[in-house]
Formats: sequence, structure tokens, C-alpha cells
Amino acid sequence: MATIRLAINGKSYSVDTDPQTSLLTVLREKLDLTGSKYGCGEGQCGACTVIVDGKSQRSCITRVASVAGKKITTIEGIATGNRLHPVQEAFLEVGAMQCAYCTSGMIMSAVALLQKNPNPDRSAIIDYMDGNVCRCGTYPRIITAIQKAATAMNEHASVKGVGQ
Amino acid sequence: MSEKTQIVIEPERYELRAAAPYRFDLDRRNFFKFLGAGVLVVSILKPVAIAQESGGRRRERGESLPKEIDAWLHIGQDGKVTVYTGKVEIGQNIRTSLTQAVSEELHVSMEKIELVMGDTQLTPFDMGTFGSRTTPTMNLQLRKVAAAARETLIGLAAAQWKTDRQNLTAADGKITDSANNRSIEYAALTKGQQITQEVSSDPALIPAADWKVAGRSAPKIDIRDFVTGGHRYPSDQTLPGMLYGKVLRPAAFNATLTSLDTQKAEQMGVTVVHDGNFIGVAAPSSELAAAAVESMKAEWKSDPQPSNKDLFDYLRKNTEEGTDPTGDGDRFDQGSVDQALSSADHKLQQTYTVQYIAHVPLEPRAALAKWDGDHLTVWTGTQRPFGVRGQLAEAFHLPEDQVRVFMPDMGSGYGGKHTGETAIEAARLARAAKRPVKVVWTREEEFTWAYFRPAGVIDVTSGIRSDGTITAWEFHNYNSGSAGIRTYYEVPNQRIVFHPVRTPLRQGSYRALAATANHFARESHMDELAHAVKMDSLEFRLKNLKNDRLRAVFEAAAKRFAWGKSKSAGQGFGMGGGYEKLGNVATFAEVKVDRSTGDVQVVRLVTAFECGAIVNPDGLRNQLEGSNVQGLGGALFEAIQFDNGRILNSRLSQYRVPRFTDLPEIEIVLLDRKDIPSVGAGECPLIGVAPAIANAIFDATGVRLRALPLVPDGLKVS
Repeated sequence: MATIRLAINGKSYSVDTDPQTSLLTVLREKLDLTGSKYGCGEGQCGACTVIVDGKSQRSCITRVASVAGKKITTIEGIATGNRLHPVQEAFLEVGAMQCAYCTSGMIMSAVALLQKNPNPDRSAIIDYMDGNVCRCGTYPRIITAIQKAATAMNEHASVKGVGQ
Repeated sequence: MSEKTQIVIEPERYELRAAAPYRFDLDRRNFFKFLGAGVLVVSILKPVAIAQESGGRRRERGESLPKEIDAWLHIGQDGKVTVYTGKVEIGQNIRTSLTQAVSEELHVSMEKIELVMGDTQLTPFDMGTFGSRTTPTMNLQLRKVAAAARETLIGLAAAQWKTDRQNLTAADGKITDSANNRSIEYAALTKGQQITQEVSSDPALIPAADWKVAGRSAPKIDIRDFVTGGHRYPSDQTLPGMLYGKVLRPAAFNATLTSLDTQKAEQMGVTVVHDGNFIGVAAPSSELAAAAVESMKAEWKSDPQPSNKDLFDYLRKNTEEGTDPTGDGDRFDQGSVDQALSSADHKLQQTYTVQYIAHVPLEPRAALAKWDGDHLTVWTGTQRPFGVRGQLAEAFHLPEDQVRVFMPDMGSGYGGKHTGETAIEAARLARAAKRPVKVVWTREEEFTWAYFRPAGVIDVTSGIRSDGTITAWEFHNYNSGSAGIRTYYEVPNQRIVFHPVRTPLRQGSYRALAATANHFARESHMDELAHAVKMDSLEFRLKNLKNDRLRAVFEAAAKRFAWGKSKSAGQGFGMGGGYEKLGNVATFAEVKVDRSTGDVQVVRLVTAFECGAIVNPDGLRNQLEGSNVQGLGGALFEAIQFDNGRILNSRLSQYRVPRFTDLPEIEIVLLDRKDIPSVGAGECPLIGVAPAIANAIFDATGVRLRALPLVPDGLKVS
């Protein structure tokens, strides 16, 4: 057991845990942040995806000690107050889900993708998202939603640019 | 195909036992106490006693409600509409489509309607959410209930205004008397009322052609909760003081315990339970629970069991005729097959096989159980909350009314979550620990201890005239099931037999059941026959097909696909289709095969589908796109590997499911038949995918693949 300090969604937490415990388990069991999901436990499905220091990471295979002090963002932390993140907004508008169990991980991966590449073409989206599984098979909609979010974010950025 | 054969929906064959008797846990007085005053409309499943009466009837105050109820609806004093159904939401978005149906008939906006689903205490008994039954049955029932509620409200307004009800109309949550320029909100009408209305005849429903809410796309209910991570799935449920449960699994299927040492676990501060063949622990964290189970020393013995390599031989040799639980639909004979075969111009005999596959719902089985004295409450992910209640009652020797099962909208099922394993495990551990216990299966557990889509062997023998008329059709299915086993092509002489088998693995329902295997065999065979008489595949099918609805989907898909267009080297086109669960589908596939590497790529899938009047077009498209993607996995590469009672590929890194990179271009053609009652769409659209791809691979290469999955390791380079 150790006391580990975590910075999640702009808040700091102090957690008593085995440092070997996965970040996913800590999020879900200790912090009641259940938006990140367990799907496979081996980083194969992406349902547990979070963003650590700007990069997407599979929280089920991330030892909690390895992210101590780093900036962690989960699905619960990407909206600004009541305003959804553009990627969330796009998933909502497109209806890019069925059971939606994969949705948190899909959105977090997409957010990480668009941070890295604001204008991904279809094949860049497919390559980046390939580690995220949707068993309901809503991939076509998820691609559409990511394209839509990219457009919205770029428009927003350019409007901001004009105003500066 | 006659209308009669069309309306038969095969009961789930394997894991479903007889339904529990209908139950109703609240009497009328309690119901109003619970809900507050208002108008309660109930739909009676079997209106036996009230059959002679015309229209609905009102019950006396205080009388208990009849037991044979399948749905009900309450309009509160605040105008809020609450609908109760035992159906559950598993990603098929019936919460949305059922809300649309109620909104349409009751003339209340969707936001004012709440569906309470899958809570065995509050909703009427329901056998389960499977078999694509929700739309043809529950959607219709709720429309009737909502229509009856509307008529009751009109009656209340007529009485209040002392006017003829003919002068009144319902719209937008109000009853309006336009001649006298007055209107009244539903909420004002229901104030102080405690009215129970039964739907015992068929109230006038709004024809699909006039629908304003149904028939249009509607977003998933509570969609915001799903994009923010706020929705609580079964595995997300918590209770104060909750422990985490973990079960010790046998080393192989059908193994018996020969020795067990739990000493180390007992010293870890966990609750250890060893009861009969159940061994498990409850601990303050899931990791401690796992470590405690890991520390146990157990020895098991089991007899040798079959493996993949002898699977199809095994299935043929282990039939158990006549013990099929459904008791019918296992054999169909017409004309004289033997005679027709001997006089046919061409004969063809082929065997087709399908492997066991897993559902892999992204949310594995999960349950949270809590005891209050001898009353048990369980939150769990299941397609059959009432079935799980029955299993719990049986396991713990309790009357069913002491067990309450909740089903929070869950992370999918695809037919894979009909059973209550985790519910029983969590409840057993909770009883020992005297605390609430949650059990969430690991992916390996889900792959190993759930159940599989049945493997199967199908032998087809056919006779055909040189002009392309099929004269004889003999079809034997070993084990995979009889859903979709009958041919819809016109063949005068038929022998169709399903052979149940003592299965080597635990098997159960799966989206579309055996219809996938049966359509794969039939539609592949049709292509082989077309090839034998040198006819175009589409022309050959249409020549032998009278069913207009099925012809329409084949023709619609062919048109969108541009069937008949020329192809380049390595390119292949194929089709497959049929009807199942009252829907009609045709899928056309384009593949690209690289013979030097064996790489097979599905480039494009065009699926035309018809399910009567469409309730939610976007929801339907979503189901169809998903069916095509999911169907791709079973068609191309999914297969459970097993040996001697062990699953060899029980991880997602070992069992391949369709991913983004597998995605073909998918085009959906919807045929909206407003003149035909709406039916379900969760299963049927899957069935054409595998044969369409197999036929396209043949078209590209001349190689005929008769085993699903078709190319788990690519196409063998010859």
C-alpha cells in the first residue's frame, strides 16, 4: 500500500492503494469515476481510454503509480460545465452508438486524435481508432462523428483566430 | 410461403425453459399509492373473462389488478406519463422506439414520457427481450395502451364538459373542443382521479401513413448521459459497504473438485464461501478478491472432451433425435424428394459448417446483490430479468416475490445474456458476507463461462432442371438450430430436418440464432446451383422465388449495388438474403482478393431491408449498419478454439472481432411498407452477410468456401 497523488479532471486526489493497481480500478472503485469502462483488461478494446498528459492511454493496463502527478483526463472531465466537448456533441448529434458502452473510450480516443491531428482524413481516423472496439458495429457513425467534431473544432478555432 | 409460416417465430431453443406464470406484484391500491392519483391503463394479455364485453371496462376501486397483464401506462396529476414494460434496453434502442409509439398514440411529447423497463417489482412479467419480438408485440401493445388512455381522457373531458366525445380531439397533451374554443390539459383531467382502464379490445390505432412521431428518426433517450459517462450500467452499480466478489473457476468444463485448500485466502481478510460446487470470495476490493482466489489450491478431474478438430464429426455422431425442447419445427416433408432427385437433370450434394462463436458483449456479465433479511435485490445485466428472478428464487429456495431484479440499460447482449450466473454468484457471496456484493466477470470468464452460438453441420442435397427450376431440396442441420431452416424458394419436393445434438460446449442464443448458419448453407447452395446451370445468381433466385417482399429486397439491393456491372481482376460480387423474425433482407457484397497473399477484403456491403412500417428510420439504419459489421466477424474470422474442456482463445487479443480497419463501405436501403405492421430489426439483417461474402469470394477466385468462418487466416494460396 502507498499513498498516491493523482490529478484527475483538474482535481487532486490522494489515494491509498497498491501502486501496482491499474488506473482503471482506482478510477472505478476508489473514485467512483465509472465513465471509463472495463472491456478486456489487456488494452485491446479501448473502453477504458483516458488521456494522460495529452496522450490517450489504456487505463486498464496503466499502473496507477506510473501516472502519479500527471495530468489525467477522463470522460467525466472533458465537458466545460454544462457545455459538452465538441466530440461529445458530435457523437450525440450523429447518434454514434447503440448500447454506448464503448462510447466513453471512443470519445476519449477521438479527443486525443484531434489534439494530435486536427484534420484527420478518413483513413487517419480508421488507423487511430482501430484499437477501440464497438461490438454493436457503429463504426461508420463514429467516423462521421469524428469528422463532424473536427470540422466544428476547426471552425471554432478559426472564428477565435479572426477575433484575435 | 404461406402467411402462416411467416408468423411463426421460433422460441429460443437452448437455454430458455418454460415461462414462469404471469405475476403481478402490486395491487391496484398500492399502485396508486406508489404513483399518485391519475389514470392507469393496463393491457391484458389474455382477455378471457372480459372477452364478451365490448370495449374496455373499468374496475371497482380497490380491486386487485388481473395477473395477465403485459404492459401498463400511468398518466399522473402532473401530466407525466410513465410506461411500464418488462422489456429491456440493451443498445437496440427500444426505449426510444417504444416511447415514440406511446407519444404517437397519446399525443404527448416524448420528453414527458418515461419508460420503466426490466424491474421485476414494477413491470409486468415478460419472458425476455429476444427473438426480435419487441417491435411486433410490445410496440403494438403500448400503442394500444396509449390509444386507450387517449380515449379515456377524451371520455373524461366529455363528461366534464357535458358534450359528445365526437366533438373532441386529443393533441399536444390536451383535449380540445374546437367548436366551443376550449381545451384542457391531460394533467387537469387526471387530477384527483384514480381510474383504471383495461384495454380489452382493439382501440383505433393511428395508421402508419399518418404517423407524426413514429416513422421519424428520434435520438437515443438520455443520449447525453451516454456521451458524458454518466449512465450507470450494471457493472457501474454501487451500494454503501459493497464488497467485490470473485469465483474460483474449474480447470475445465464438467470438471469435479478433488481437493481444495483455502487456508491462505482465509487469512487475507476476505469472506470465503465453499458451498456445493461453488467456491468464491468477497473482498473490499476487486484486486484483493482476485488475489484471494488466486491463492487457493484446487485440484480438478475431468473426462476427456472433444476439441475443434473433431467437432463436425462429433456433431454428426452425437445426435439426440426427438428430445428437442421446442417439440416442433424439426422436420418438414413435402412431395417426394427421392423421386425428384432421381429424375433431376443435375444433382448437387454439399456440406456446410459453422464454428462456435462468442457474443463478446463489451460489458461482461455483472451483478450487484443485496439481502434484506430473506428478501433479495439484484441489479444485473440480462435480457431476461424475470428469468433471472426465477433462477435466483430456485437457487436460494425463495418464493419469487422475495426476489427483485433490476436491469439498468446494459452494455449489449446479442442473445448472450439470457442467464443469471453473476446474479446468483453475487447473491451467494452477499449472503455469506452480510454485505452487498458485486461480481463483474473478466473478459476471460465471459469468453469461457457464458455460452456460445451453436456450431453446426448442414448437408444439402438438391435436384434441378436444366432450365434452372429447383425440383428437390433436402436439408439436414446438425446442432446449429432450426431458425430459418425452411426454404423460401419454391420447391415442390422438400425434406428438411433439424438434428439436435449432445453438444460439447455450452451453447445458447445468439443474434439471429441458427438463421445465420441456415442462410449461409442455403444461399451458398443456391449460388452453386446457379453456377451449375450457368445462370446469373440473381436471375436464378428470382426464378425460384415467389415471395413478393423477398423479391423486393433482392431487387432493391441489386439496383443499389448495380448488380451485373463488370469487374476487375481479384474483384468479386455475391449476394445472400432471406427472411427471419418477420423481416426480409438481401445483402450484396463486393470483395477484393489478393491471390498472392491470400488477403480477402470486403470492400462494400449493400443491404436492403424491409420490416413493415418503419418506426425510427435512423435507429433502423443504425441496427442495419451494426448487423453488417457484426455479421462480418462471424463470416470472416470469428471462431472459438477449444480442446479437452478448455477454451484456447479466451482473450480479446486471441479472438478477433471486427474493428475499424475491417469496415467496408456499408450502404443501407430501407423499404418502408406502411401497409404492413412493424416488426423487429435486430436480427434479420445479419443473415445475408456471410453467404454474400462467400459467394463474392467464389466470384472473385472460383474457390468455393463452405465453412464459417470463411477466411480466418486468409484465403489459402493454391
